[in-house]
Parts: sequence; structure tokens; C-alpha cells
Amino acid sequence: MSGSAPIIASTHPNDGLLRADRFPHILCPGCGIGTVIHCYVDAMAASGLALSDHACVSGIGCSGRAAGYVNVDSYHTTHGRALPFALGIAVYKPGMRVTVISGDGDLAAIGGNHLIHAARRNVDLTVICINNFNYGMTGGQAGPTSPRGSVASTAPEGVHDRPFVLPDLVRAAGASMVSRWTVLHVRQLRDAILRGMQKRGFCFIEALSPCPTNFGRANDLGDGMAEMEVYRERCELADGTPGYDALDIDLTDHTRPILVGDFLDIERTPYQPVGEHTA
Amino acid sequence: MAEPAPGRRPMDLDRARTTRGTVHVIPERCKECGFCVGYCPEDVLAFSADSNAKGYHYPVLASGREDACVHCGFCNLICPELAIFTTELADDAGGTTS
Ligand code: SF4
Ligand code: SF4
Ligand code: SF4
Repeated sequence: MSGSAPIIASTHPNDGLLRADRFPHILCPGCGIGTVIHCYVDAMAASGLALSDHACVSGIGCSGRAAGYVNVDSYHTTHGRALPFALGIAVYKPGMRVTVISGDGDLAAIGGNHLIHAARRNVDLTVICINNFNYGMTGGQAGPTSPRGSVASTAPEGVHDRPFVLPDLVRAAGASMVSRWTVLHVRQLRDAILRGMQKRGFCFIEALSPCPTNFGRANDLGDGMAEMEVYRERCELADGTPGYDALDIDLTDHTRPILVGDFLDIERTPYQPVGEHTA
Repeated sequence: MAEPAPGRRPMDLDRARTTRGTVHVIPERCKECGFCVGYCPEDVLAFSADSNAKGYHYPVLASGREDACVHCGFCNLICPELAIFTTELADDAGGTTS
């Protein structure tokens, strides 16, 4: 295929929100993490706040690279500890809009305890969990979000465990806002991130994302575009707040929908430790 | 654009202005994921015949669709590499107001 040339540019209008000198980033072709970073900086621009009012915190893993590519105060923390770092900023700088961008392994496995307790305390954070169902950076090991039956380098016969369904987990733990979208639903994802920035309390957005290099290859999903097609064909907008079974993802059963949507948005007093720091 | 289903045709469709856009691409950032080409609602984009320094084919304007961009912004927001964006064409430069 070929056609006529578009206008060739050397910079992107959002480059000021990014560390554009570090682009192209290290993420694989067809990986969805770059799209989440894009939606985050777009929401940041739409927030109308100065860049100095935003902070971005990531843990370890491919998704953990996110903080290193955005042009705000950012922290690339130790494995699983993005949330404690972010809590520290949120408590000390209550006016700051602190966003955590990290992966399912970092947030739900290594940092799983921090996740449930940050939700329980309703810490004023926006947490974007990029869920690609495996540990991408280290070679496609199974994690707590790997769907039952999916193949991973540590589960060649398929995963037997019952996975975490993150929107259900954080809702039960006490989150104020819970959404799930995929990197195909860019407008909804961007809007959910923006609402999270504007809302006080623990706002959790799961972003389902292709990892063609590991999860996609091990499970014969094809390239990133092919996994996007799975989302396009199987995603359905949920009504209200679905529970575990409805939200559970079965990649082998193509008749089952993958539910997406804005599942929960309630008002609850945000975390406010005793002392002089009042929100 | 596709004709709306019968009975769903907006009364002011003839007067509605369709936004027009110009496509800009940063070839050296593209990794040929295909998201922009695959999901452009107006089929404006195709892959280049030549490739960038890393060997990836980047988006170009599909033949016959050179003037079809409606500046919806989807290719821009979905691009993981921030390698494509559009700018709005002014009315007198080809935007339709009928
Ligand atoms: S290994 Fe997977 S998650 Fe990591 S950059 Fe590559 S595609 Fe993305
Ligand atoms: S702005 Fe919309 S119509 Fe124009 S090229 Fe991008 S996706 Fe296609
Ligand atoms: S979405 Fe971006 S990286 Fe992917 S093919 Fe289009 S321009 Fe290239």
C-alpha cells in the first residue's frame, strides 16, 4: 500500500508535556503503554492546571517507564512502591494532582497490599493500572491478573489460579471512582483520567493493553493490532457496577463480552491524616 | 461521510459544517503498529512504500482519500508514539459549509 505524502513534522503539539527528547520511547511496536501515556498527557492539558501542579509516579516494569517520559515532577520508584511514594506527595501537597501510572504486576502483585490500603483509605490519587495480563519486561511470566487458561512463560500449560479482577478488588476495598477501558477506547480513557484528576479520593482506572511481545505471542493473539481487534469485537459497555464474575476476562471464550465502562463514582471523605495538612 | 439511517437524518445536515483536517506525521517516531491506519473512521491513511531509519512503514494519505480527513483526532490520541496529528483546515481552504 502507498499513497501521497502527508505533511512531514518534526514535533508533536503535545511535546511540551513530554520529555520529547527521549522519543521514540523504548516500548515495543504495538504495545499499548504509549497510548496510555498519550491519554494521560492529553488529560493533563485538558485539566487546565499548570504542569507544576501535576506529579506522576510509576513503579517498575514496562508501564513503570511512563513517569520517565512525562514533563512533570515524576518518580520512578522501587518495585510495587509507587503508591506509598504517591501517598507521600498527596498528603504533603494536597493541592497537587498526583497520578500513578503502573502495571498490573507492579500494582497488584508486588504492590498489592499498598493498592488495597490506598483504596481503603481513599487516598486522593488517580491510579492508572495498565493491565496487559503478564510481566512484560521480564519475559512474560504469569501474574495475578493473568486470565485462567492463558499461557505464560511460567505457566506453559495455562494458568490455573483465579485472577484478581482489579475494578472489583479496588471497589470492594473502598475506591471512590472505578473505571475500566482499553487502549482502543482512547476518548473514554482520557476522560476517565481527567475526571480522576478533578475528583478528590482514590480514583482507579484499569486500562487493558496489548503486550504483543510476550502475552500476545504466548497466547497466539497476534500483534498489537490483532489484540485491539479482540477488544473491538468483544468489549461491551457495562451497566452500573458489575461484580467479579461479570468482569472476569476469559480470553478463550469468544462468546463472552469483556465489560468496560465507568463502574463507580461516589463521594467519600478522602484520606486526611491528622495534623496541619488539610485538603 | 456515510448517509445516516432513514429517520435519523439530522434536520440541519445540509447546513452542518464538516470539519476538515490536514495530516501531519513524524516518520522517525512511527513503529508501524497500524492503530492510526486501522481505526481512522474515514480510511484516510495507508502505510508508506518506503520506511523510516528503523525500517518501519509510517502512515501516508491513502490514494483517493487525500482530502477526506475530518480532523476527528482519533489517529492522534491512539498513537503510542505521538507520531501523527492533524490540524484543522480553515473553511476557505477546503472546509465545506453548504
Ligand atoms: S514487553 Fe510487552 S508491555 Fe513491555 S514494552 Fe513490549 S509489548 Fe509493551
Ligand atoms: S483526524 Fe480522524 S479522519 Fe483525520 S486522519 Fe486522523 S483518524 Fe482519520
Ligand atoms: S499509530 Fe503512530 S506508531 Fe502506530 S502506525 Fe500510526 S503513526 Fe505509526
